[in-house]
Amino acid sequence: MKHITTINKANLKASAVKGGCGKCQSSCQSACKTSCTVANQKCESEK
Amino acid sequence: MIHKFKQLGYNIVLDVNSGAVHLPDDCAYDMLDFVDAPMTEEMPADLPAKLPKYSENEVRESYAELYQLYKDGALFAEDDYEKYSNTMVKSPVKSMCLNVSHDCNLRCEYCFAQQGDFGGERCIMTPETGKKAIDFLIERSANREQLELDFFGGEPLMAWDTVVQTVEYARSIEKQHGKHFRFTITTNGILLDDAKIDYINREMSNCVLSLDGRREVTDRIRKTINGKSCFDIIVPKFQKLVQNRGTKDYYVRATFTKYNLDFTDDILAMRDLGFVQLSAEPVVTDPTMPYAINEEDLPRVFSEYDKLCDVMANRTEDKFNFFHFMVDLNAGPCAIKRLRGCGCGNDYVAVEPHGDIYPCHQFVGIEQWKMGNLYDGTFNDDIKTYFSKVHVYSKEGCRSCWAKFFCSGGCNANSFIYEGDVKKPYKIACEMQKKRLECAIALAADRAVKGHEAPSMSEAPASMG
Repeated sequence: MKHITTINKANLKASAVKGGCGKCQSSCQSACKTSCTVANQKCESEK
Repeated sequence: MIHKFKQLGYNIVLDVNSGAVHLPDDCAYDMLDFVDAPMTEEMPADLPAKLPKYSENEVRESYAELYQLYKDGALFAEDDYEKYSNTMVKSPVKSMCLNVSHDCNLRCEYCFAQQGDFGGERCIMTPETGKKAIDFLIERSANREQLELDFFGGEPLMAWDTVVQTVEYARSIEKQHGKHFRFTITTNGILLDDAKIDYINREMSNCVLSLDGRREVTDRIRKTINGKSCFDIIVPKFQKLVQNRGTKDYYVRATFTKYNLDFTDDILAMRDLGFVQLSAEPVVTDPTMPYAINEEDLPRVFSEYDKLCDVMANRTEDKFNFFHFMVDLNAGPCAIKRLRGCGCGNDYVAVEPHGDIYPCHQFVGIEQWKMGNLYDGTFNDDIKTYFSKVHVYSKEGCRSCWAKFFCSGGCNANSFIYEGDVKKPYKIACEMQKKRLECAIALAADRAVKGHEAPSMSEAPASMG
């Protein structure tokens, strides 16, 4: 495209279909503890 | 739904429901003020007149590209996630905050644990209670194999014997139950010595090291019991721990307050000490406290996040990661995880020294939220059911918020403590979260454009320590 660059895959909907395995870390077990910071957690479903 | 904003010189458009992030030029960016779903293949005839700055050809081309994204499901994607939230049920418990110590050897003014005792008596968890917590987690985790336990407090190193015995007990039985424990610890560092450093680096998959940045900032608010400086006691120990840690996760974590709204300098001070994985959280406290961050402070906080974002984008040497600016736009958590977030009270619980169970560490001591006790075997299923249905479609205002799939509706404890309702997000925290997310997305865009990667965990200068 000439006018628009897309930097990632639009994969959120696909992630819902196979999601919810529960393998990933709870967000407050990282460096958080006083805020909810979820989006920087890694998906661990393939580990 | 889209969210468009400018940061780091980029025009940025987040398509909320697909997760796509686009960098349009000025014409396409401005056009998004005038187009919405459902888009038609044929450009609306009045569009060129609404965008007089651009040639008709530019407008036509830009519209065609936006329409292509729309057709591909990467622009104005529909919000069809509520069906998942409607079916949400209780999850196995797989994650625990173990408050091994309700005592602390620092007296940080802003401590949400009220200088370590959580408003009760000062006490240390016995190894027996730690082992019972392990049994509870194994029993309640159903088919979850990966279990997490964070040693927390107060100061967990004051209960070192309990920490070690709990870890050893878990390791001795995890295989027979088909589980694997991932341990983490959050410490102020005062009691660290070589043996503890070795043990933590061997057993803990992540450790959070509390330091508030510059010496004067740290020493002003993080004081020893007799009111003295802690900076010189803890920094060499943290440096030694990190230097010996290899590629395992760690964060040096600051709390910033109204006293240091110039917290970029604290982040940089921590980087100058050799730390690479950094975090700084806004203080969460009674709004009447002199160090509290209140609504009138938000413009200053936002400008500081802008400054930090600029610093990180332009830094060519001694790079670092900032926890709240980290976002993986391709391999982040699935949408299901994002609906409920932290799992508080559902798949995550906190246990205090007497074995009382709460939805999370921030609910500890609030009697109405006590879920049960390890010794009498009680566990309130009603509270668990309640939290299983706390998600972005049941929280006030989240449904229409662009950030909902990044913050999952925010911290439930903050919502309860400061807004009086778990389902009413804490407004000030929301505003800061949204600003941080804009910075995080902009930095991810910048890395993508420049082909850079974030610094790895093992990146620590040889001169450190």
